[in-house]
Amino acid sequence: MLKQTPFDAIHRELGAKIVEFAGFEMPVQYTGIMEEHLAVRSRVGVFDVSHMGEFEVHGADALAFLQSMTVNDVAKLREGKVQYSAMCYDDGGIVDDLLVYRLADGYMLVVNASNMHKDWEWLSSHVKGNVRLTNVSDATALLAVQGPKSLATITKLTAVDLKPIEYYSFVRGTVAGVPMLISRTGYTGELGFELYFQADPKTARTVWNALFEAGKEFGIAPIGLGARDTLRLEMGFCLYGNDIDKTTHPLEAGLGWITKLNKGEFHGRDVMLRAREQGLKRRLVGFTLPDRLVARHGYEIASGGAVVGQVTSGTFSPSLQRSIGMGYVNAGLASPGAKIGIVIRGKESEGTVVPLPFVQKQQ
Amino acid sequence: MNFPEQLRYTKDHEWIRVEGGMGWVGITEYAQGELGDIVYVELPAVGAKLVQGKSFGTIEAVKAVSDLYAPLSGEVTELNKEIQDHPESVNKDPYGKGWMVKIKLSNAADANGLLDAAAYKALVGK
Repeated sequence: MLKQTPFDAIHRELGAKIVEFAGFEMPVQYTGIMEEHLAVRSRVGVFDVSHMGEFEVHGADALAFLQSMTVNDVAKLREGKVQYSAMCYDDGGIVDDLLVYRLADGYMLVVNASNMHKDWEWLSSHVKGNVRLTNVSDATALLAVQGPKSLATITKLTAVDLKPIEYYSFVRGTVAGVPMLISRTGYTGELGFELYFQADPKTARTVWNALFEAGKEFGIAPIGLGARDTLRLEMGFCLYGNDIDKTTHPLEAGLGWITKLNKGEFHGRDVMLRAREQGLKRRLVGFTLPDRLVARHGYEIASGGAVVGQVTSGTFSPSLQRSIGMGYVNAGLASPGAKIGIVIRGKESEGTVVPLPFVQKQQ
Repeated sequence: MNFPEQLRYTKDHEWIRVEGGMGWVGITEYAQGELGDIVYVELPAVGAKLVQGKSFGTIEAVKAVSDLYAPLSGEVTELNKEIQDHPESVNKDPYGKGWMVKIKLSNAADANGLLDAAAYKALVGK
């Protein structure tokens, strides 16, 4: 039985193409991926991402628990701040990547919809001491408002001064009369906010309509999962299931910056300490292709007649109007400028390793 | 949605316009809508022999890649070069500027075995 978000009726009224994703019926596109992508880069777009999972963690031992379960240093997280992190198995493989919010009296974890049940099991089975874990996913609506005009749009609907909210910070406030958590985060690389509020269809419609009324003058547009993927890929952001999974560890995925090996014990730490010592065998890199062929997840990467890796994500970049992708390659090929063969339908197309992100942005 | 009467269609969502032993081939409006934004069309060279029902090229959309299937057998005499630089023409004008190849048909009468507009329309449920 597929689930619907509280915005489901709205998506259907707008004529969105609906697909099954992580057990939900979700809008993949409204007018077209290219057009929606460019609307976010140049104006403002609204994504329904209510399928994401939200867990709250309370109790005297919540910090110690999260320190052992996530790779980033939760002790550094002050109230009102957000941290990008990951959970690993003991072999270093990634359970999920997630956001950790430091609330006034605990934490909120935002996890991938596709991993929600697995994450819940993993976390629940490791609870120690005074820790209360609550799954608030079904009660939480989540809209991402992203793009250069996102600030101007939401500003019209709230008394909260949004400007001083730094990237990866949040406040509580009222938008369109609805109490919510206003978070300056997103998966697009643009200036943007993610709004968490009560999940019921009536509230959902109130917020949605208010945003579209306020954003009308800026050319606000609804954005589906298709453009969400092309936007994140232009930024080199990892997608769980594509670029990271239980067979990859954070260091080789380019997530060393969130992996605090010196903070103390956590799941996967020993394996990653060893990997760092021995040197990484492979790395996730970004590459471009010279032609309009698109590299897809699972295509082989070759060099000198041998397979040296696999494509994890690829698309035609709407901003750059060229083919881009990410994949794992032998560490020796992981430097910008290196030439790698992307095997597309039996033929090698010459890719060039480039630094990430593909598109430079100021959040 | 548009289903021009003068065309013949395949179950794989290609169309062909047959005129005096020649055929112009493209994909239907329904197909382009299902594929979404098209970014590249890979076509065979002039002189290539197409075999009815067999793949003769691929079409890259942002989301996925799909095969193109020959509606009829024949030899490629011309490619639409415009769509190499402007693949979005296939989305915008699938029956016009978005045509893909022109072929010299092996047997033009085989067109009678393809779907007509009404049958294709029924197939896609529109």
